[in-house]
This record gives sequence, C-alpha cells and structure tokens, in this order.
Amino acid sequence: MYAFQYHRPGSLKEAAALLGKLGDGKALAGGQTLIATMKLRLAQPSDLVDLGAITELRGIKVEGDALMIGALTRHAEVAASAEVKKRIPALAVLAGGIGDRQVRAVGTLGGSVANNDPAADYPAGVLGLGATVITTQRKIVADDFFDGMYETALKPGELITAISFPLPKRAAYAKFPNPASRFAMIGVFVSQVANGSVRVAVTGAGGGVFRDAALEKALTANFTPEAVTSVKVSASGLSSDMHASAEYRAHLIGVMAKRAVVAALG
Amino acid sequence: MTVKLLLNVNGKEVEADIDPRTLLVQFLRENLRLTGTHVGCDTGQCGACTIHLNGQAVKSCNILALQAQGSEVLTIEGLAAANGDMHPMQVAFKECHGLQCGFCTPGMVMSATALLKENPKPSEEQIRAGLDGNMCRCTGYQNIVKAVQTCAARS
Repeated sequence: MYAFQYHRPGSLKEAAALLGKLGDGKALAGGQTLIATMKLRLAQPSDLVDLGAITELRGIKVEGDALMIGALTRHAEVAASAEVKKRIPALAVLAGGIGDRQVRAVGTLGGSVANNDPAADYPAGVLGLGATVITTQRKIVADDFFDGMYETALKPGELITAISFPLPKRAAYAKFPNPASRFAMIGVFVSQVANGSVRVAVTGAGGGVFRDAALEKALTANFTPEAVTSVKVSASGLSSDMHASAEYRAHLIGVMAKRAVVAALG
Repeated sequence: MTVKLLLNVNGKEVEADIDPRTLLVQFLRENLRLTGTHVGCDTGQCGACTIHLNGQAVKSCNILALQAQGSEVLTIEGLAAANGDMHPMQVAFKECHGLQCGFCTPGMVMSATALLKENPKPSEEQIRAGLDGNMCRCTGYQNIVKAVQTCAARS
C-alpha cells in the first residue's frame, strides 16, 4: 500500500470540508473494497478521510412511505433489522447475501452505492426500488445516479448521507452468485408499487446496473413468472468474461427475474 | 506520518504510534506479536485473519488498524480462559478433528464463536452459510461443521 495522510473527522461537515480541499483524497467508509484496492496498489489516494467516527450517518428509520437508511449502516445491520424485514424484506435478503459474514459486518450501504461496482448487489436494490440518494449537496433519484462502471453522479467532495427507499407493494431480489467471490454473476431486483407499475434492475450483466424495459413492460401488464418467460432477453451489450458468456448472462437474467417474481408473490 | 492508536486487545489497553497504512492484522502480529491470527490470502477472501471487533467477526487483513480506533479486539489468544483452559469451541475442534494443517483454524474458531453468539442453535445449513467467509483446504469442512454442532449442543 502506498503511504497517505489519514484524517478522522468527527462530523459530516468537517468530512465534507476536508474532501473539498484535498485534491486526491478519498472517503473511507467500511473499506471492504477500497482497502483491498489500495493493498494491490490499484488506488493511490493522497489522503484518506475515515468516516468511521461519524455516528450520525448510521441508522435505519421509517419516514412517511419510505425507509431511510444512513450511509454508514453496515450490511449486517440492514440484514438483521426488524424494520427492514417488515417493510422491505427483499432489501434485508439482499444485504444478507452480500459477500460473507465478516464483510457484511464492516461494509456499508453508502460505500457500496458510491463505489458502484458493476457486480455489486446494492445498486440493484437502489435502482430496482426507485430509491433516492441523499448527499451532502442534494437529492439524486436512482435513475440519475448510476453512470456506468464505478461511475456515479457524485461530484468530488460530495458524500452520500442516506438513501431513502420508497416502500413497494411487493419486491424480491434473486442472485446467481459467482461461486468464488459471491459477487453477482447476475442479480435481478424486481419491485411492484401500488399502482401496479414494475421496476426490474439487473446487476452483474454489463458495465453497471441497468433497468430492463422489456421485462418491466411485461410484468407491469401481468405480474407472473409466465410474463418473464414470454420475454427473450437479448445478449447484446452484456459482458463476456472468464466467468460467463454474454448469452449465458442473458439466460440468467430471465431465470433470476423469474425467481424474483416467484419470491415476490410468495 | 504516524497516528496514535488506542485499542483494547484481549482485555488489555494498547497504545501505539503507527503508520496509517498499517493493517489491523499487521498491528496484531508485528507490533503486539499476537501471531495466532494468520494471514492466508491477504485479499479478504480466506478468513484466516478473522478476529472479533466489538464482538463481530471481521477480517483483520482488510481493515486499517486505525479503523478500529477505540474498539475492543479479541484474537484467538484471548479466547481461552485465564487459567489456560481452552474455549468450548477449541475443545470441540480438537475432539471432532476439525482441522488438519491448522492454518485456517484460528479464523474458523473466531467465526464459529461469533456465529453461535448470534445464533446459539444453528442448523447445519446455517453453520455452512455462517462460515462462508472462511476457507479450509484440508478438511472438506465436514468435521468443522461437526465441531460447531458439538459446541452448540453443549451450551
């Protein structure tokens, strides 16, 4: 790991001010990706601003028709939360399937969403539920937030403070994990709101999380596993790598979408 | 640049000035000479470096020592009783032969004790899922699962 200057601010305001003035500084949340990346010398920040002491960014509460989860809330906390299990069980399932137990004890919601790994689970939940990302500067709807591989709408120095998840009528997440890394080879998050409209978000398939318009249309018309089967998912633009071909990933999108619909109806 | 680190490790207060890039596992092994915590893969995959941070199992190779500032750390050395009697999980691993080469064992035991604290009577499936972050290249996991079941049945 290359050397860096370390900062541990006690407040969000102080953290944002530090990141605003440190050119090559990076925010450190749980670090389950960043520390590993720095160990491999794939990242070389001049400064690390450790957010670990900012307790105001941790916690889960219901606000109106939404679940508000603080950016530094651990995956294990979301997975075990009675409130999340009651209001959006699909989100508790998603959080409980990230990485492994030790990673879930340290990794955070905000860290995962800001990193936007193309095979991460949380981006599918955020986009699939039509959540709103709340930052130190503004509110960003999920459709405007994710911007391709490891890219988001966040500006330098802008920090996620919380994510607001609107409560769906029903939702589910189905993932085919990579057997070694547990990242999603394909993960599909399906949600239906009160007026019947459906969102389908896919992770692991390409350069970043995306919505599948054809599946959304078919499921909005008819929320059944059969509606998924009627859609032929195209392999065009999907990733091919040592783990899976684009055609196999397209096939898995259909299989995972169907499983998610069955689970959501369950 | 050095930064002051304050920790409680196995019940003892520890204070040191460290380079910020020191990993928690490095601090434990190299500064405190607590070499029971192993470095296996060094990429956050294998779980040999698992310790308890404020009661939760975490991988100490994938976290800076400074991220643990002010926390309570428990390593494999702190698990046995003060008189040297092994922890019931260690006894169960020994009895069930839940190890061969023993390299993964400290991490396995730390993960397994954290698992039982949260879920004292886990099913076999829950044990296997709970130890998902720990790899063993010798045993095929059968006797490790048996050890956790044995320990759970006794408590």
